[in-house]
Amino acid sequence: MNREERRHFDVLVIGGGPAGMAAAACAAECGVRVGIVDDNLKLGGQIWRGESGDPKNKDASNWAQRLRKSGATALCGLRVVHQPEEGVLLAENLDTFCELSYDKLVLATGARERFLPFPGWTLPKVMGAGGLQAMVKGGLPIHGKRVIVAGTGPLLLAVADYLRKHGAEILLICEQASWRSLVQFGAALASWPAKIIQGVRLKFDLAGIPFAANSWPVAAHGQKSLEHVTISRAGRIEEIPCDYLACGFHLVPNIELPMLLGCSVDNGCVQVDEFQETNVPSVFCAGEPTSIGGVELALIEGQIAGLAAAGRTTEAKAWFGKRTKARRFAQLLDRTFRLRSELRSLSSPETIVCRCEDVSHSRLQQHTSWRSAKLHTRCGMGPCQGRICGPATQLLFKWKPDSVRPPVFPARVETLAAIARQPEVQHSEVNGGH
Amino acid sequence: MPNQASVTVTVNGLPVDVPSGATVAVAVVMAGQACRISVTGEPRGPLCGMGICFECRVMVNRNPHVRSCQVLCEQGMAVATEK
Repeated sequence: MNREERRHFDVLVIGGGPAGMAAAACAAECGVRVGIVDDNLKLGGQIWRGESGDPKNKDASNWAQRLRKSGATALCGLRVVHQPEEGVLLAENLDTFCELSYDKLVLATGARERFLPFPGWTLPKVMGAGGLQAMVKGGLPIHGKRVIVAGTGPLLLAVADYLRKHGAEILLICEQASWRSLVQFGAALASWPAKIIQGVRLKFDLAGIPFAANSWPVAAHGQKSLEHVTISRAGRIEEIPCDYLACGFHLVPNIELPMLLGCSVDNGCVQVDEFQETNVPSVFCAGEPTSIGGVELALIEGQIAGLAAAGRTTEAKAWFGKRTKARRFAQLLDRTFRLRSELRSLSSPETIVCRCEDVSHSRLQQHTSWRSAKLHTRCGMGPCQGRICGPATQLLFKWKPDSVRPPVFPARVETLAAIARQPEVQHSEVNGGH
Repeated sequence: MPNQASVTVTVNGLPVDVPSGATVAVAVVMAGQACRISVTGEPRGPLCGMGICFECRVMVNRNPHVRSCQVLCEQGMAVATEK
């Protein structure tokens, strides 16, 4: 595709999870021309991965149907890498690249898991909790496999439930939060509308799965692949042989693209006004990038952003009350699953923190900032561009993330040629190290 | 979810049957292979499962640096991991 074939949308939505689907459907229902872009092969995001055609998940199938009827154009398998000029985004798929222009933009880029380094966390078959679930949804046989689910957050329970339904033997769920905060969380849930609780998928049957609070992985062991895990279980050390360790420490907003576009960020979250509009005019943001609040908040914010982007501010306002309630739930999640300080000392000196460039904990310790570490060790400069080690170093060293440079994802040379006229692009970072 | 029908791909030249609709990352794990070798020589497999971490990158039909978790297996596809 060349520049002349640039596609224009009145409202362009980046991200095809619940927030993006709601924004795109609502905007398109107003009669404007809407495009919705996602890096994944299908819409649904991570939480509805593979469920948009599943009648058992009413929310997912209803929104998928509503989006189809709305007339919005879905562009899947396409990732945005750069903004070559204001109002234009450059994106690529496996074969080619294209330019997408817009009058209004809705960023619904979702969240990723937070990973924390511990000895052995780089072994094959140590995966994210959502990561292993996504692999099983992608066809990985899990029947009869022994799995330990560890980390923090409501996702652990949902993942354990999903894996067990697919035949996995869940040996243990290790939740780092204390029983005290979990009990407070449970008590607070009782006063919440059922829909919001379902939103983070806490409604499931835990019976038969051992659950330990005050517990976390200490080390993973194996020759070429995972063989057993050392767990700190409520103060006692245990060795457990297993096939997979599914380990994630709650979620981190994906704010790289919003930052590239100049959106202001506070405490890791994109700042928005009451209509979900960022400080950059005509750029809206909805869902997890504004705060980790689960699917219900994402749907509400998506609807507000989609309606506001289509100029229907009065209709958008109708959702403000529900959003206020759902945001309180986000704050509750934040309080309950705050990371304990012990997790900062899991790494040994030789534990790799940056997996792309194999930078060890001891090498990073010699630096006082993320920027200094990047310049001297290449930490955060590999293909993931700090998406995995960045949040880890924030906890380990209290480093603050740097500005984001284009491209926000590694891109092919042909794609980069389209932005080569941009003099500020530094080629040492352009290829993301490969 | 992938259905019961299967497709056959090769991973480093050896055939692997995977469920129809499976990702290339799944084929590599089912073949018992690591996806890539890190800069200090460690074997690595998929971590995030959603296209963020780049640990699962492999060569697909001679196309390098493909995130295998984001690509579906097709009959006869040739997948090569780093050795």
